[in-house]
Amino acid sequence: MSAMTETTQPRRVPTGDREDEIQVYGLHKSFGELEVLKGIDLTVHRGEVVCVIGPSGSGKSTLLRCVNMLEQPTQGQVFIMNEEITDPDADIDRLRTMMGMVFQQFNLFPHLTATENCTIALTRVLKKSSADARRIAQENLAKVGLGDRGDSYPAKLSGGQQQRVAIARALSMDPEMMLFDEPTSALDPELVGDVLSVMRDLANGGMTMMVVTHEMAFARDVADRVIFMDGGVIVEEGPPDEVIGNPKEERTRLFLKRVLDPTHVNAGAEDAAYAERHKAARVHHHQED
Amino acid sequence: MTTATAAPAPQKKKMSPRKRAKIIRIIQYTVLALALVAVIAFSDGQQIMRTFFRPDLMQQTIGVGLLNALKNTILYTAGAFVFGLLLGTMLALMKLSQVAPYRWIATVYTEFFRGVPAIIVLLVFSLLPLALPGLRIPLDPYGTVWTALGLVSAAYMSETIRAGIEAVPKGQMEAARSLGMPSGMAMSRIILPQAFRIVTPPLTNELVLLTKDSSLVYVLGLTGEAFELTKYGRDLANTHANVTPLVIAGLSYLIITLPLTFLVRRMEARQKKAK
Repeated sequence: MSAMTETTQPRRVPTGDREDEIQVYGLHKSFGELEVLKGIDLTVHRGEVVCVIGPSGSGKSTLLRCVNMLEQPTQGQVFIMNEEITDPDADIDRLRTMMGMVFQQFNLFPHLTATENCTIALTRVLKKSSADARRIAQENLAKVGLGDRGDSYPAKLSGGQQQRVAIARALSMDPEMMLFDEPTSALDPELVGDVLSVMRDLANGGMTMMVVTHEMAFARDVADRVIFMDGGVIVEEGPPDEVIGNPKEERTRLFLKRVLDPTHVNAGAEDAAYAERHKAARVHHHQED
Repeated sequence: MTTATAAPAPQKKKMSPRKRAKIIRIIQYTVLALALVAVIAFSDGQQIMRTFFRPDLMQQTIGVGLLNALKNTILYTAGAFVFGLLLGTMLALMKLSQVAPYRWIATVYTEFFRGVPAIIVLLVFSLLPLALPGLRIPLDPYGTVWTALGLVSAAYMSETIRAGIEAVPKGQMEAARSLGMPSGMAMSRIILPQAFRIVTPPLTNELVLLTKDSSLVYVLGLTGEAFELTKYGRDLANTHANVTPLVIAGLSYLIITLPLTFLVRRMEARQKKAK
C-alpha cells in the first residue's frame, strides 16, 4: 500500500494495472510565486477510501483539484484509469465523467431542480434519453435519502440536503471514483452527520474515494488510508490507526493535537502559525483577482 | 475613528437632531406648497390647454394612426432589442474570452458605439446602400432601424451581460466542468441562464431606453405606414402648428415604459428578497 512512497524518481508511464485508478507522479503546482504542491506521488486503488488531512493552506484541496484538472498542474503527471489526464491532448471531459466531484460549497445549479441537477449532464454529456436520466436521478436521490425532494430547487433545501443532492448528482454519472473537497466544512454541525452517513454508505458499497476532510472521526472510521499533508508535501501516510492513532511525525502530532483538542493549544502560537501560512496565500489571492 | 466623530461639538442651541430635522422638513413642505400655489395663481389654464391639449387636435391625434404608430414603435424597439441582445451576448463572451484579439475587438466595438450618438449611427446606416451599391438591407425600413439601434444597444448590453456572467459564482463553472461538460455547454446551459436572471432588471431598463431611442427614427425619410410615435406626432404638429399631437405621442410612450419600469422594480425587489 505504501509502495509509491519508495518511488523517488517520478515515473512517466502508468502502471497499466486496472486497480490503480488514480496515479499521481511528481505533481507540482504553483500560484504565481507561491508553490502549493511540492512534488506529490500518490496512487489510489480501486475501492480504496483515502482521506487527506492537514492544516489549511497545506495544498490538500489543490491536490484534489489537480486530479480532475480543475487546476492545471505546473509539473508532474496524473493518470486516471491509466489514461494521462495531464496530457495536453487528453479528452479531459470524458475522463471527468469517470470522477464525481463534491465541493465544499455544494455548487448545485440554482436554476434547476434537484432532479434536473442530476439529469442535465446525463442527457447533455452522456446523451441518455430523458426518461432514463430521470430514472437514474430518482434512484440516486433515493440513495441519499431525498427521493421525495426531486422537484425542489436548491434554495428550498437545507445545506445538508443540498450537499446530498450534489452527491446524487455526481453519482448519477455512474463514476468510477468520487472526489470530495471538504464536503462538510460549510455545513451547520447538526447537518454534518447526514452527509457523512451517505459517504459512509458509499465507502461500504466499494466506491473509490478521495476525501479531503477535517472530520477526524470519519477519517478514522471509514478511511483505508490517511494522508497527512503539510507545506505542499505528503508528510505521513498509512492506515488511520497509525496516522491518526499513533502518528510518527512531529508535524502530524502537532496538527492532530490542535484539531482534536483545540482548547489545550496556546492561542498565540496558533495564530502566529496561521498568519505565517496565510501571508503567502493572501498575496496569491490578490493576484487571482 | 468612530469615537472621535461620535462625540459632537458642543451645541450652542439646545436643539436635538430630531427636532432640527422636523423643522427642516416643515420648511421644505411650506416652500413646495407656496410654489404650487404660485403656479396655479399665475398661470392661465385656458392658454395651457390651447397650447398643449387642444381638444379638437387631441381627438384627431388619437385614432387609427396613433395605434399604428404605437405598433411601429414597439416593432422597432423589439427588433432592435433582440438584435442587440444577441450581439451583446456575443460581445460579452468575447470580452471574457481567453483569446486576446477577441477581447480587443469587443472592447473597441463597445467604446466606439457607446461614444457615438445613436442618431448619427442611424443616419449613416440609412445611407449605407448609397455607399455600397448592391447592398440591400432586408425589411426596409425595419431592417435598417433594427440593425442601427441594435448595434448601439449591443454595446451597452454587452457590458451588462459581462457583469452578469462574472456575478455567477466560479464554483458553477467548476461543477459543470467536473460533470464532463465542455466549456461551451457549461456556459450556455449553466452560466448564461443564471447570468440572464441576474441582469434581467438592468436589461429591462435598457429596453426602456431603447423604446425612447426608437424616436430617433424620425430622421429617416419614412412613409406614413412606417411612422412611429414621435414622427407621427411631429407630422401632425407641423400640419396644425400646434404641439398637442406631440404631447399625446409623448404620453403614449408611457403606455410602454411604465409597465416595464414597474416590472423592473418588482423583479429587483424579488431579487433582493431572494438574497
